[in-house]
Amino acid sequence: MLNAGWLLLRCPAGGAGRAGTTSFWPQVDMTGTAAPELSAAPRALGQSLTDLIGNTPLLRLERIVPGGNLYAKAEWYNPGQSAKDRPAWKIIQEGERSGALRAGRTLLDATSGNTGIAYAMIGAARGHRVCLCMPASVSPSRIKILKAFGAELILTDPALSSDGAILKAQELYRAEPERYFYADQYSNENNWKAHFETTGPEIWRQTGRAVRHFVATLGTSGTFMGAARYLKARDPSIQAIEVQPDSSFHGLEGMKHMDSAIVPKFYDPAFADRKMAVRTEAAYDAVVELAKREGLLVGVSAGAALVAAREVTREHPGQCVVTVFPDNGMKYLSERFWSDNL
Amino acid sequence: MTAVIEIPSALQKFVNNRASVTVPEGSVKAAIDSLLSQYGGLKEHLFDEQGRVRSFVNIYLNDEDIRFEQNLDTQVKNGDVIQIVPSIAGGR
Repeated sequence: MLNAGWLLLRCPAGGAGRAGTTSFWPQVDMTGTAAPELSAAPRALGQSLTDLIGNTPLLRLERIVPGGNLYAKAEWYNPGQSAKDRPAWKIIQEGERSGALRAGRTLLDATSGNTGIAYAMIGAARGHRVCLCMPASVSPSRIKILKAFGAELILTDPALSSDGAILKAQELYRAEPERYFYADQYSNENNWKAHFETTGPEIWRQTGRAVRHFVATLGTSGTFMGAARYLKARDPSIQAIEVQPDSSFHGLEGMKHMDSAIVPKFYDPAFADRKMAVRTEAAYDAVVELAKREGLLVGVSAGAALVAAREVTREHPGQCVVTVFPDNGMKYLSERFWSDNL
Repeated sequence: MTAVIEIPSALQKFVNNRASVTVPEGSVKAAIDSLLSQYGGLKEHLFDEQGRVRSFVNIYLNDEDIRFEQNLDTQVKNGDVIQIVPSIAGGR
């Protein structure tokens, strides 16, 4: 099998496909002079679920921005179909390594969606019990997915949004700390580190070092803080742009309005070069546009990412702008904005 | 004779940090009009430019989604509870 890193280097405009090597991080020859190599390390046949996490494609949005340089990481290519597989896997790995996540303990966290799916999926594959707190307003299909993986669910007051779920998880952990491994995605440093170690380097490689602007939506802020930190470490002039909902009251699942929410511990409000705000309806319109013009059925936070990234692309014609589409749109088709467009 | 509108935490700063607001009986529309007459800053968060309820805003009357009743014309009786809930609640 060819070395995927070499292939990525040959496709700087985003034509990179899934890494097919047996190593999680293929060696990359940044000079572009090396010949492709056969995969070196022998291993047992087949791959495990967690081998498939990361190395997602970088898509060029040619019809949305004709002739432009706007690219998006297609994070639904992860096995749990979202970017959240990355932090969930690192949090679980480090928990296992430290012994904090061990036999008899249950992984506990607050999540309204994709992190929960990632925990439940990886937990099932690794033999860990998983207990998730989430607002009762999450969609029935989401609840079914989590239950399918065997997770225990605790539904919290929807009026309190994701913060109500966080407070419930904290209460459970305080009451029985020996029973739980509190993964705490909002404070766990392994959240942003997962993106520092994977998402950032992938973007650097897949663009052939051409990335000039990195645009990401904020939820836990792990994707933004991790990937942007890596990119700025490689080239401090790369612009890091964070995207939030324009109001505390919004319909952008997975995103947080930092001024009015429990702020993740590792979020640094002074880190971004620029902060952009997106109205819910603009993000919904972008989701519909991506489906109908690019053939990409994405989630609502991807719509918000596109609204912001397209503006940056317009302001800097010819420069390489990269954003992240955190998940696909299959889970959102029952939302009302879709029913007007089907 | 009154009913109560429960205010989601994300909107409480627009209603003097109250968790609920008392409104008169009548229709859901009349109840919300009463709420907006007391706290005008809420309007842009609940309705779009055409005056329609924003697509992610769900309104429940006694735990029933009013879209499956008579929508804004659904009748509100003494002691009823109206909830305003974003269809998806944020977080990851």
